[in-house]
Amino acid sequence: MKKPEETATTGADLLVKALIDEEVEVVFGYPGGAVLPIYDSLFKQNKLRHILVRHEQAAVHAAEGYARSTGKVGVVLVTSGPGATNAVTGLTDALMDSIPLVCLTGQVPTHLIGNDAFQEADTTGITRPCTKHNYLVKSVDALSRTVHEAFYVARSGRPGPVVIDLPKDVLMNKHDYTAPDMPVQHKSYRPVTKPDAKKIEQALELIANAKKPMFYTGGGVINSGARASKLLTQFVHMTGYPITNTLMGLGSFPASDKQFVGMLGMHGTYEANLAMYHCDVLINIGARFDDRITGKLAEFSPHSKKIHIDIDGSSINKNVRVDLPIVGDAGQALEDLIKLWKARQPKVDQKALKAWWAEIDKWRGRDCLAYKQGKDVIKPQFALERLYHHIKDRDHYITTEVGQHQMWAAQFLKFEQPNRWMTSGGLGTMGYGFPAALGVQIAHPEALVIDVAGEASIMMNIQELSTAAQYRLPVKIFILNNQYMGMVRQWQELLHGGRYSESYSEALPDFVKLADAFGAKGLRCHEPSKLDDTIKEMIAIKGPVIVDVAVDKAENCFPMIPSGAAHYDMLLGPEDRAARPVSEEGMVLV
Amino acid sequence: MEVASSHTIAVLVDNEPGILARVVGLFSGRGYNIESLTVAQTNAKQNLSRITIVTAGTPMVVEQIKAQLDRLVPVHKVHDLTLEGPHIERELALVKVKGVGEKRAEALRLADIFRAKVIDTKTDSFVFEVTGASDKVQTFVELMGSLGLVDVGRTGIVAMTRGGEAF
Repeated sequence: MKKPEETATTGADLLVKALIDEEVEVVFGYPGGAVLPIYDSLFKQNKLRHILVRHEQAAVHAAEGYARSTGKVGVVLVTSGPGATNAVTGLTDALMDSIPLVCLTGQVPTHLIGNDAFQEADTTGITRPCTKHNYLVKSVDALSRTVHEAFYVARSGRPGPVVIDLPKDVLMNKHDYTAPDMPVQHKSYRPVTKPDAKKIEQALELIANAKKPMFYTGGGVINSGARASKLLTQFVHMTGYPITNTLMGLGSFPASDKQFVGMLGMHGTYEANLAMYHCDVLINIGARFDDRITGKLAEFSPHSKKIHIDIDGSSINKNVRVDLPIVGDAGQALEDLIKLWKARQPKVDQKALKAWWAEIDKWRGRDCLAYKQGKDVIKPQFALERLYHHIKDRDHYITTEVGQHQMWAAQFLKFEQPNRWMTSGGLGTMGYGFPAALGVQIAHPEALVIDVAGEASIMMNIQELSTAAQYRLPVKIFILNNQYMGMVRQWQELLHGGRYSESYSEALPDFVKLADAFGAKGLRCHEPSKLDDTIKEMIAIKGPVIVDVAVDKAENCFPMIPSGAAHYDMLLGPEDRAARPVSEEGMVLV
Repeated sequence: MEVASSHTIAVLVDNEPGILARVVGLFSGRGYNIESLTVAQTNAKQNLSRITIVTAGTPMVVEQIKAQLDRLVPVHKVHDLTLEGPHIERELALVKVKGVGEKRAEALRLADIFRAKVIDTKTDSFVFEVTGASDKVQTFVELMGSLGLVDVGRTGIVAMTRGGEAF
C-alpha cells in the first residue's frame, strides 16, 4: 500500500487532472502570478490545450463560442484581481445567454485574503450576481470535488457560468485526487428535466384545438442539445403550425422551411410579430418573454392561451402570465408531446389552420425586409445577402458583435441547423463576436467561421487579432462599416431629434493595414459590383481576414417595434417613422 | 391590478460561506423587499441553516421570489408559509428601560401582562425579554416608549407550520 504522500499531488496538478476527467480539451486563458502553479501543471502535460488570449474578457467570449458551437462546457483560466475583474463582462454575458462555462480564477493565498494584497479582489463577491454559482476553494482537499461539482452545475438545468476561485496556496498544497461521481448526485441542486405528464396532456389538448396557433421557441431548445432541434422540427411539421424563433433560438428550426415566419421581436419580421399578436394558442418552448420580444407587455399576444415550457422555473410567469406553465427540458417535453400526438392522432381544424396561414401569408406579402440596392453604395442588407449566397453550401458558423449589423445578420442569414449562430443576445456585449469566433474556430478547425461585425464593435476586442495570428485561426471578420455606432445612431435619429451625440466612429484605423500589422489579410470593398469578388476572395484566403465593407451610413434597421410599442405597431421603413413618434413611456425604455 | 401582500418564506440552505450574501443579493439585485430576515444553523449534522424571510409583493412577484430562491444552487427547499396554510410566527426582543419610581413599577406591571421576562436589572433599569407575534412585541415596545425606553433589539421573525409536517 502506498503512503498518502506518494499518491498526493499538488492542487494545480489535481485541477488539471480533474479538467481532463471532465473531458475538457481546450482552456482559454491568460497567466498571472496567482495561477502560475496551474500554468506550470499545464506545461507538463499535453492533453489539455491552452489558448492564450490577449484580454481576459476575450477568453470568456472565446469559451462561450466554443461552448455554444459544441454543446460542451467552455473553460476559462485567468489570474486573480484584474484577471478576474476583466472576465466579469464575459461571465455576465454567459449568464444572460445560458452558456455553460467553468471559469477558474486565481486568488491570493488564503492567509492574505482580506488584506488588500497585490492583485487581490473579492472575486466570489464580485461574480456572485453574474454567475450561476461560484466557489472559493479554501483547502486542497475540497479541490477536485469542487471542480466536478462546478461542471455539473454549469451544464445541468439551465446552463450558466460557474467560477472557481483558487487561492495560490491551495494550488501548491498536496492532496489525493477524487474522481467524479457518475451519475452526479448533488445534495441540493437537482433541476427538473422531465415535465409533468398531466401538463403535457393539457398542452397537447390546447395545441390540438388551436385555431390560430403559434410556436415561439428560443435558446432553450438549442441548449437542450441537437436532438431537441430535430424533435422541434418534427413536431412543428406534424402540426403544420407556424413557428418563430428568438434571436437565441435561430437554427433550432430550419430557416428555409415554409413554416418558419422569421425571427420575432423588436427587429423581427412583420409576419412573426403580427402572428404573435393575433394567435390564439402560443407555445413557448425554451424562450423567456424577454422585453425585446414582448414589446408593450399589456398588449403582448392578448388573445392567446399561453403554454410555457422552460427548464428554469423562474423564467415562467416572470414577465408574462401564462396559462400552462411546464417546468422541464425542451427536448424531453418535445419527445413527450410527439409521443402523445402520435398516440392520440388529434384532429386539427384544418379549415381554421388554412385561414390562419392565409392571414400570415398576407402579412408575409408585405415583404418587410425589402430594401433598395442602388448602383453606388452598398446596402448592409445586400452585403449580408451576398455573403449568405457564398457561404450557404459550406460548413459555416456565424458570430456577431452587437448592433445594427447583428440584427441584419439575424434577418438576412439563414440558419438551418442549431449551434451555428453565436451572438450576444441578453447582455448585448459589443466585442463578443470576434473572440467568440476564435473559440468556434478552435472547436471546428476546418469550418468557415465568420464574425459579422460593425466597425465600432470590432474595436472593442481588436487585440485578439494577435491570438488569431498566433494560432493561425482563419476567422473572417466581415465588417459592415457605416462609420457610426449604427444602432445608437438609429435611436438618436428616431428618439433624440437626430442629434448624433458621440455616435460617429471618428479616427477609425485603416482596417487593411491593421490586418497586415497583425499578420492577417485585409480587404476593402466600396462598390456593390465588387462585393461578390471580395467575398469570394475572403473565403479563398486560408488565414484570418478582415473585410472592410463600406456600407450606407444612413441605413436603419427595419422592421422596428419602437420601445414601449406593441407588436402591431411596427415601423416598416423610413416612411413610417415620422408618422409615429415614440411615446414618453417608450423613451425611458432601453 | 394585483395587490401586494406580505409573505413569510422559510428557506433551507447549506450553511456555507456566502449563502446569506447570495440570498440578500438576490433580493437587492432584483429589487425585492426584505421586511424581516432571520438565519441560523438548524441542523449541525447536515450543516443546514434555516432562513426565514418576510417579504411583500404581488402574487406574481412573490412567485418569482420563490422561483429565484429555489434555483440558487445551495438552496434545498423553499416554503411559502403564508400560502401553505396555518403557521406560527414568533419574534424575540430585548427591551431596555430606564426609570425609577412609578414608571419603573409600571414597566414591570406591563412586562408581567406581556409575559416579558426580566433578564437584567439595576436599581434604575431593566432589560426585558419578550417573545410573541410581531405585533405583540411591537405593542410592548411602544408601551415602554413613555416609561423610559432606552434601546430595543429584535430578532426578526421565525416561523413554522402548524401540525406534524416538516416546515
